[in-house]
Amino acid sequence: MSLIIGMSILLGCQFLGEVLSLALSLPIPGPVIGMLILLVGLIIRGSVPPSLRSMGEGLLKYLTLLFVPAGVGLIEHVGLIQREFWVLLVTLVLSAAVTLWVTSQVMQRLAHRGGKAQEEDA
Amino acid sequence: MSSLPFGQVWVYLAASPLLHLFATLIAFVIASRINRWAGGTPLLHPVILSIAMLIAFLLLTHTDYPTYFAGAQFLHFLLGPATVALAIPLFDQRERVRRLLWPVIAGTLAGVATAVVSAVGISLVMGADHATVLSLAPKSVTSPIAMGIAEKIGGIPSLTAGLVLLTGVIGCIIGPWVLRLTRITDPAIRGFSMGLAAHGFGTAYCFSTYGAIAGAFSGLAMGLSGLVTAFVLPPLVQLFGL
Repeated sequence: MSLIIGMSILLGCQFLGEVLSLALSLPIPGPVIGMLILLVGLIIRGSVPPSLRSMGEGLLKYLTLLFVPAGVGLIEHVGLIQREFWVLLVTLVLSAAVTLWVTSQVMQRLAHRGGKAQEEDA
Repeated sequence: MSSLPFGQVWVYLAASPLLHLFATLIAFVIASRINRWAGGTPLLHPVILSIAMLIAFLLLTHTDYPTYFAGAQFLHFLLGPATVALAIPLFDQRERVRRLLWPVIAGTLAGVATAVVSAVGISLVMGADHATVLSLAPKSVTSPIAMGIAEKIGGIPSLTAGLVLLTGVIGCIIGPWVLRLTRITDPAIRGFSMGLAAHGFGTAYCFSTYGAIAGAFSGLAMGLSGLVTAFVLPPLVQLFGL
């Protein structure tokens, strides 16, 4: 029974998110709004119900499997990928490396400063 | 006693959603085994192996993608509730997130800007097609959000979905290397950077390699970068007339 309750909470939040996304014609997809709704709900409640935790963590454990169906869709773009193989590969590799580097450096600098400020406060 | 000829059984099976749902699960199980034999290297990521096997299977059996998707959509559907479930690790780490609020906000803005500008810039310089450039722009964002953005700005949603996956795998291969080289050891920062650059793949990698704190921050980065990119990218594309 608990998995059903857990799944109902997740689907309920997603449903609310989809409705809000459509009704207000937001550019954000429904599940992301659903995630925010659930987060607010958890903060108000103060704890995660066990049924929600077992369902949610089960789904997150197999998150990568869920990407497979969309990935097989590459089969429809074989021509384009052959034509632009090097552009795609170079762009993806460089962009991922630069993004990771910039993000981690920005956070490292700020976290360090924040940490020092807190030590000085104490 | 006459049994059905194999051809007819095949025609029946190929038309029902069962076959391709089953094939997807089996491919993932085999791919995960192979990955474990290979020592868990991200070069042979289970997702990439499964996709390669399934594409080969579809080509061999002359099945088109819509037929395959009729079965596989049941797994695809679960992406929605799984995205919602990311609120759970986020809630668990709320104190840590609050303490790192400014680094998180700055990291999100800097990371999203870098991801979009570098993807568009590099592909434009290398002379990619207009539609390819627009399909690449949201590639660092988790696929349900990225597909929505691609549709809005004039990219090809299904191509974006594939590019998002490749980004995820590439992020898992080069990310740990970049982090080691630049001596980033804080699990929160490691996780956040991986989630920003490689969305759900980075998150899965962080949960299994760097632990729960990194995983939660990675999920946070994935959600935040999705939100920010969804708001910022469509008006930017209009502004620059891409």
